[in-house]
Amino acid sequence: MVAIIEEMAKKIEAEKDYLTQLDNEIGDGDHGINMARGFAAVEKKLPSLRDGDIGSLLKGVGMQLVSTVGGASGPLYGTAFMKAGMACKGLTELDGPAFVKAMEAAVDGIKMRGKATEGEKTMLDALCPALKAMQDDVAAGKSLKEALTDAAAAAEKGVEYTKTIIATKGRASYLGERSVGHQDPGATSAFYLLQVLAEMA
Amino acid sequence: MVGVVLVSHSQKAAEGAAELALMMAPDAPVKAAGGLEDGSLGTSFEKISAAVEAADQGDGVALIMDMGSAVMTAEMVAESMDDRKISLLDCPFIEGAVIAALETAGGTPLSGMQEKVESGRDRKL
Repeated sequence: MVAIIEEMAKKIEAEKDYLTQLDNEIGDGDHGINMARGFAAVEKKLPSLRDGDIGSLLKGVGMQLVSTVGGASGPLYGTAFMKAGMACKGLTELDGPAFVKAMEAAVDGIKMRGKATEGEKTMLDALCPALKAMQDDVAAGKSLKEALTDAAAAAEKGVEYTKTIIATKGRASYLGERSVGHQDPGATSAFYLLQVLAEMA
Repeated sequence: MVGVVLVSHSQKAAEGAAELALMMAPDAPVKAAGGLEDGSLGTSFEKISAAVEAADQGDGVALIMDMGSAVMTAEMVAESMDDRKISLLDCPFIEGAVIAALETAGGTPLSGMQEKVESGRDRKL
């Protein structure tokens, strides 16, 4: 899991400018910068989290994101990682059902923190379909790798879907109809994180 | 007195709102928590936490936020300090800051703050 977090940090750093560009179009233009700052701080913190169980690792990642991101993605991803960490308390590896539980806790945490739901042009439009795909695959007895691959594919579709809708949550909602045609930066970063999970599983 | 913490993405906006509030109620424990540590735009968990500690005189702290991450980060600070009495107020940022400062100086308790700052929505004149 430590290696996955490191890879997430690399991916976010690599896509920093693109995420910021997306956010420039319909937001306050800081998503890539904020996420990269947060994940760089997470990377620095990893040595002190390396020896614990997955629960404490994810909780530590979440707390670091809350403290360092500086934008809405801080409390949102921070809450997601912290809630996932609570769902993985004491575990040193994750099978399909455990992964689904962690992901459910993460998505519920984001909904709670952002008072948001699907269809509002947010990261949930990538995460909710991803969770659904993961739940279905695990229930059908597919491997974790398959489940995460399908989850990432569902998230990518979700990102495409955000181009077609009006933002009703977050900074982009101030733009109203002018937000249509642009893809949501938060959904995009959520897709990147899921893509890393699928590749590394 | 109830402490008042003003949380904005902008250090200047938070400090400016505090300045306006203190003009009316110079003795009120009003603290600004705007921007990130380096002064750039954003909201900082640490800055908000420190401002809450500085503003708390034992009667609790009211937080007034601008939007988005300011609200969510303030919530997380409040959750992390469950030994303190903290309320998040829903009101216009500047008007709410001025009203909250006046009310705390006048002895309004934390439980009465939300009702008082609500009037900021229709009190431009």
